[in-house]
Amino acid sequence: MNKPLNKMAVQTTVNGESTAFLCSPGQVLSDVLRDELELIGTKIGCNTGDCGACSVLVNDRLVCSCLVLAAEVEGQTVQTIEGIAKGGELHPVQQKLLEHGGLQCGICTPGIVVAAKALLEHNPNPTEEQARYWLAGNLCRCTGYDKIIRAVLDAAKTLREEAA
Amino acid sequence: MNAYQEFRIIGSRPVRPDGLDKVTGRARYGADLSMQGQLYGHAVRSPHAHAIIQSIDCSKALAMEGVLAVMTGDDLVKPGNEMLGSGEGAMALKDLVPMVMSQGKVLFHSQAVAAVAATSPELAAEAARAVEVTYEVLPAVTNVHKALAPDAPVLHHDRFPDDYPAKPTNLATHISLTVGEPDAAFARADVIVEQTYSVPMCHQGYIEPHACVARVDAAGRVDLWCCTQGHFAARHFTSAATGIDLGKITVTASEIGGGFGGKTTIYLEPLAVVLAQKAGRPVKMVMDRGDVFRATGAAPGAETRVKLGATRDGKLVAADVDCLMDSGAYNGGPAAFPVYMATACYKLTDARSTGRSVYTNKPKIHAYRAPSMPQVTLGFELAITELAAELGIDPIEFRLINAVEEGDANMMGAPYNRIGLRECLEVARNHDHYKSSLTDGVGRGVAMGYWINAGMQSSAILNVSPDGHVAVLTGSPDIGGSRASMALMAAEVLGIPFDHVQPQVVATDSVGHTDVTGGSRTTLATGQAVIQAAEQCVAEMCRRAAIEWGVEPGVVAWSQGAAHHGDQTLTFEELASRAGTMGGPLTFSSSLNSTSAAPAFGVHICDAEVDKETGRTTITRYTAIQDAGKAIHPDYVEGQMQGGAVQGIGWALNEEYLYNEKGVLENPGFLDYRIPVASDLPFIDAVIVEVPNPLHPFGVKGVGEVPIVPPMPAIAEAVYQSTGVRFRDLPLNPPKIVAALTDSRALLPDPQ
Ligand code: FES
Ligand code: FES
Repeated sequence: MNKPLNKMAVQTTVNGESTAFLCSPGQVLSDVLRDELELIGTKIGCNTGDCGACSVLVNDRLVCSCLVLAAEVEGQTVQTIEGIAKGGELHPVQQKLLEHGGLQCGICTPGIVVAAKALLEHNPNPTEEQARYWLAGNLCRCTGYDKIIRAVLDAAKTLREEAA
Repeated sequence: MNAYQEFRIIGSRPVRPDGLDKVTGRARYGADLSMQGQLYGHAVRSPHAHAIIQSIDCSKALAMEGVLAVMTGDDLVKPGNEMLGSGEGAMALKDLVPMVMSQGKVLFHSQAVAAVAATSPELAAEAARAVEVTYEVLPAVTNVHKALAPDAPVLHHDRFPDDYPAKPTNLATHISLTVGEPDAAFARADVIVEQTYSVPMCHQGYIEPHACVARVDAAGRVDLWCCTQGHFAARHFTSAATGIDLGKITVTASEIGGGFGGKTTIYLEPLAVVLAQKAGRPVKMVMDRGDVFRATGAAPGAETRVKLGATRDGKLVAADVDCLMDSGAYNGGPAAFPVYMATACYKLTDARSTGRSVYTNKPKIHAYRAPSMPQVTLGFELAITELAAELGIDPIEFRLINAVEEGDANMMGAPYNRIGLRECLEVARNHDHYKSSLTDGVGRGVAMGYWINAGMQSSAILNVSPDGHVAVLTGSPDIGGSRASMALMAAEVLGIPFDHVQPQVVATDSVGHTDVTGGSRTTLATGQAVIQAAEQCVAEMCRRAAIEWGVEPGVVAWSQGAAHHGDQTLTFEELASRAGTMGGPLTFSSSLNSTSAAPAFGVHICDAEVDKETGRTTITRYTAIQDAGKAIHPDYVEGQMQGGAVQGIGWALNEEYLYNEKGVLENPGFLDYRIPVASDLPFIDAVIVEVPNPLHPFGVKGVGEVPIVPPMPAIAEAVYQSTGVRFRDLPLNPPKIVAALTDSRALLPDPQ
């Protein structure tokens, strides 16, 4: 069995719920999310910060959870793909990805959703180019990004209309 | 004539049934399953690209607390000459087993040589480091020309190609095919173009690394969960590699995070099974990204010499193609497709085609989307474009003069049925993109592509529940929206709403054999099985209605989701809810070996601008036109076209395996092996042309593969038009372009 030697206790908020976990000092956040908290929606494509599949928000800041030490989220708020839809209602980015067919295999989708949500919070009216540069850290090998970008721009429009 | 001509919901764009789980993070992929009490497997991998294993000592690893099992290649079967699988995933057992784990000789860097299972991933990694392996290191060869040199290190001393029986060489295969009299035909040509073109080895680049979990029960039955393009193939290969009876293995396909041909085989599965057997506990294995690049997949690099001859009036009269391909460490048979298909888009009665593949100290190559066709098509289509330019004929016009149509045969001999190549070319010629004028510095290229497309074996089960909902069970992993296609096809035949159909991908015990999701076959062949099962359901419901009404079954008609006779009607819901008293539960199954596949053709137009200072190429506009036969769910047809085009763009501009002289891959990560990102690209305009496939009830043709075929030659031509420098060796990365432009400037007369 796992020896609980050398583990740190971390107190944090994940998707709005106060959460505590034990981790080793070198363990990354993505591992804790997936293996300890069973939040498997955060995906691992590389573990080196190059693919964006593990994107989460820490205090509303977009990060690659494979590059963040789990111990660093002590006292912070973490939002993962599982926390994006509120009360069963999809975020417009999720809805528009479905409507535009913006996913094929879907492995990149959680990271795209989290990153696009962060984009639209920073910039409610991105140009196509701004959306493309913001999402440049989220690799998708299936779609060629066409329908993803259309979905994100469409979601921005929905959010602006809702806000108006 | 297609059995179905008018459609109610085929061709609409409903939200895919598995979409909600995928946008909310609930969908479970290869690495997302954990079992109670599971151990973590870790492979020990060779630090050498070519070596003989002298000894493996696992005792220190096994002595560590928490390490429960170790294995080496001795724990797998000793392979004979069996051939496994079919289509894109076919391979010999003697290539599969050592590819999965070395049995004495290491032929590529990071080849697995042993594996351990322990109670945590960290401990497993530590135990793997404690396995002591001694190697006799041999010189490595990674370049095909060097591998063919007389003094090259030979990878397989037991393999003698047919035409060189005297001594083993690294030549894996050598195939040649001639139709008509190409030499005489060349003599008739007014213009001849002959050039050599090359493409580097690359990787499929799926975002999800390989992963699996295996459990063995007390009776020795194996439960295997893995991300695969075909769980029946995974079962067959795992059984063959471990020696465990096929019938004792159940494989469940997880959701799959991309494959593109690279997940038609197995890597970790037999390791996890053997470790689970030994430890008596489930074993999970997840591959590291670096190992995905170093030890899996890989599409062959190729060098193609193309010689084409045409008459002044633009008629292509002869072709000679010679394609030299990299097979990696084991036989991947990459040279066959180019030999048979290089000329497939053109009316050519006199042609010669040769293909060779060569062993090198690199991972064994595997299928990558229309395997081998992008490589050979780079050469063939660029040569066509160069020939058209010499003749002064517009490149689309030249292709229209020579494009195949119904009744023409390609080098495989059988004449084409109804195909849509000319229709695609007409659409291209009249497309606003092709007619638009080019701004200064922007070049334009056009190219077309062919892929044979597969049929093969598929099965489907259709279960009607009392509330009128229908479960459609298939064995085809859904890699890009196939559940949506299956639900649309079932709903179309049954006449019920799309969301009353629940399409599911079920385990190997729960549906008939189904070949891999690959070869652009799933919507076509598995779709046919679904259509047939739905038709059986309709026939049975009509039979039951006829009994109820006391009439002959033949007079009952099915339409709008109900049986009708005169003014009598029984709806699908009524027949479903009364099934128990009208003859019992409604369940149907269909299995087939489809011979309905029709080839796919596509035409791409690319505009590109090269920054002459930095050498960076920007794709400014891109249009992909393709004959889909009948698009079942157009979003996912367009998605295949866009995704395939962008993979081709990546291969054309950046993607390349870089090896050092020791045979070590120097760019095994997404930072240095750069696939296209969103900011590299424009929107990809996808234009679907529909020339129905006469052999399929709905007219479907496979669509997934052909979109990766035209991009490389289209882009290379656009770069030529932008820079005035002809590039025939890909990728067209900035250093290469800057170097070439500097050279060509040096040749210009001094502006003073
Ligand atoms: S897994 Fe974190 S960036 Fe790829
Ligand atoms: S949908 Fe497969 S990687 Fe994006």
